[in-house]
Amino acid sequence: MFSIIAKSLKTGVLTEADPFAVTPSFGFPRIDFTRCTACEDCARVCPTGAIQAAPTAHGEKTVSLSYGACIQCRQCVAACPEGAFTVSTNVEVAAYTREQLTRTGVFDVDAATGAARFREIVVNAGPSLSESADRFRARIRGRLGRSLHVRQVDAGSCNACELEIAATTNPLYDLERFGVHLVASPRHADVLLVTGPVTRNMEIALRKTYEAAPDPRVVVAVGACGCSGGIFGEATYAAVGGVDRVLPVDVYIPGCPPRPQAILNGLLVAMGVRDARL
Amino acid sequence: MTSVATVAEALGVPSWNVRERRPGELTFDASAAALPDVADRTAASLGGRLISLFATDERDTAGTFVVHQVWSLPGMRTFLRVSAAIDPAAASYPSIAAKHPAANWFEREVMDFFGLTPEGHPNPVRVGLHNDWPEHAWALRKDFPDAPVPRVPGDFHPFRPVVGEGVFQVPVGPVHAGIIEPGHFRFGVAGEPVLYLQLRLFYVHKGTEKRFERMPWRRGLFLAESISGDTSVGHALAYAHALERLADIDVPARASALRTILLELERMYNHTADIGALATDVAFTVPASRGQALREGLVRLQDELFGTRLMRGVVAFGGVTRDLPPHACDRLRAHLRMYERAFDELITLLIDAGTFTDRVDGTGILGNQAARDLGVVGMAARASGVDTDFRRDHPHDAYAGLRFDVPVEEGGDVRARLMIRAREVEQSLLILRQVLDAMPDTAIATTVPDQLPPRAAALGWVEAWRGPCTHWIATDDRGEIARVKVTDPSFLNWPGLVHAVPGNIVPDFPVINKSFNLSYSGNDR
Repeated sequence: MFSIIAKSLKTGVLTEADPFAVTPSFGFPRIDFTRCTACEDCARVCPTGAIQAAPTAHGEKTVSLSYGACIQCRQCVAACPEGAFTVSTNVEVAAYTREQLTRTGVFDVDAATGAARFREIVVNAGPSLSESADRFRARIRGRLGRSLHVRQVDAGSCNACELEIAATTNPLYDLERFGVHLVASPRHADVLLVTGPVTRNMEIALRKTYEAAPDPRVVVAVGACGCSGGIFGEATYAAVGGVDRVLPVDVYIPGCPPRPQAILNGLLVAMGVRDARL
Repeated sequence: MTSVATVAEALGVPSWNVRERRPGELTFDASAAALPDVADRTAASLGGRLISLFATDERDTAGTFVVHQVWSLPGMRTFLRVSAAIDPAAASYPSIAAKHPAANWFEREVMDFFGLTPEGHPNPVRVGLHNDWPEHAWALRKDFPDAPVPRVPGDFHPFRPVVGEGVFQVPVGPVHAGIIEPGHFRFGVAGEPVLYLQLRLFYVHKGTEKRFERMPWRRGLFLAESISGDTSVGHALAYAHALERLADIDVPARASALRTILLELERMYNHTADIGALATDVAFTVPASRGQALREGLVRLQDELFGTRLMRGVVAFGGVTRDLPPHACDRLRAHLRMYERAFDELITLLIDAGTFTDRVDGTGILGNQAARDLGVVGMAARASGVDTDFRRDHPHDAYAGLRFDVPVEEGGDVRARLMIRAREVEQSLLILRQVLDAMPDTAIATTVPDQLPPRAAALGWVEAWRGPCTHWIATDDRGEIARVKVTDPSFLNWPGLVHAVPGNIVPDFPVINKSFNLSYSGNDR
């Protein structure tokens, strides 16, 4: 007994004052479109199709990179002959729609040489991040207060996302100090924190869990698989795909797996005390 | 006597029937009817342990299905793959599950995904497909379109009923109370004591083996990392080993050393987290927090050294992607010194507390005979007195040149599985220091051919933290992936958990379950 108390006193407080004050060596790749020649080398090596290159009408093509499907493998960074990739070390990555996770550049293609020149960034379909933030806050207004009860649902994950969600509860991150509590039942939950890809065998259980949660039930999709099906894809015989194929998703937290800070940030977005940014 | 001659003699066949296609990997083609006899002889005369059983669909090339058994022959440091062609018209073969219970789930899996019937199986019901899957949806057959399958109505699952006064069932899952993966447990209980436990798994079946077949082989490495997130290194290495053996690629010595470091770090962070979690499950919060903090320290170190917290993207074909320069080696050494002291304190804190040992001593016993009969592997087997470890019995990476012990505990209870973890961490520290003190000065990767050899097959294996991960890979005419059979240790160990729980009380289930800490995703794939 005394040794336990002594141990606690000696260890002191491990919790970090600001868990977001970190600069990891790698986050998500970013395409500097002004240096990109749309050669498609990156799209060819991307294991999940997060990078897409496609010809569009009249001598034009697009190159897009979706954080939703990116597993942060760095193959694109290594493959790019132009050095057009930079690395984002931002850990507070979240969005309100799948479209917001994508950056697309349009290129003019010279009919004679085939050379592509960057023209502009495409504005994503649907609401912008700030429009979504306002809508989301209006939806949950006054309902969640400054605390959040969270039920985690593994709807098909490889368990890496679970490891990182569990890490947010450790003494260094200590998510409870932000008013976030992990609860045992969906009936007690404001938020479902869902990892994916949603499998055929978990689809019904996930729907029932959602039905059991009281309004306004907020759904947060975690990880590349939860956001888009990730490396397991969508509409296969066994995997339905991203969580939004089954439930309306309010907040997306990309990453494979997302860092604990990203999960923490996504939950604070779901609480309405922070706005999602990329 | 060569291993080929020994195996041929034990099987009672001329020695030219047994072939050593690759070092440490013998093959023998049997007739389907001979499968039970071959299995009996392999187990009895050669001390073989069944580590995988699967099928391949070779109707387009050979006109048959083939069922394969993979045995570990630890005494001879070799694997034996027994293959038997199955006539598609009959689509059945004699089961070995009655005598070799390790084959139980494997044969039912072959039935679910290939439509091949194991004749004489004691319990021939679905293991992988849930009851809302239609008949004849054999997903791993080559002519199966990888598209959504309609649901059919039906019962949830016909669990064995319990009868008697005061006897009832407790259903748990698939959505659990904590942060754990989905699975359904059905306890038959009389008051608090559990009479028996039934499992329903495969909730997180993602069609991984089919997906490998539809992916270029290089990309498969990233899929392998997502078979079981806590064993990213183990599965990526097993996949890389299989393809490297298949293409006769020799990995540079420094890469093998670095891979050994990755594997041992993965073992340490998982064992540390599990020890903390065992404390959590008996509500002993101080060591629980300490375990979590120590685990976080290791994971952050991994992030610093290798760029990702779970060491993803580090294993590559022909080597690794990241080197450890001398200052990083020093950084690792320094962290290990700090960690070792803290880890010792953590273990002392636990085993000195009577309130803790009361909960774990004699809880969830998996006896030695049951562990042997069920073919339980890895850490759980060693906690039940089964002396098995691929790092010693089938050395891979740098293990052949290292001095280390394989700890074995006799108790088979939660305490034994805790102590195995503690003792394995000690060995991991020993291994890491040996590797760091003698880092070979070679490249960290070798060049890899653009094409794999066509119509070839090889086994890759790794003793990961939970136990052996094996990947058997075959290529087609174009040198693309024809079949990947992934065996996670969890698949062999879940039946062990089912045997360890009866006789205990329901509130002890979480701590028993955590002491095995089996992967649902690795099992279900």
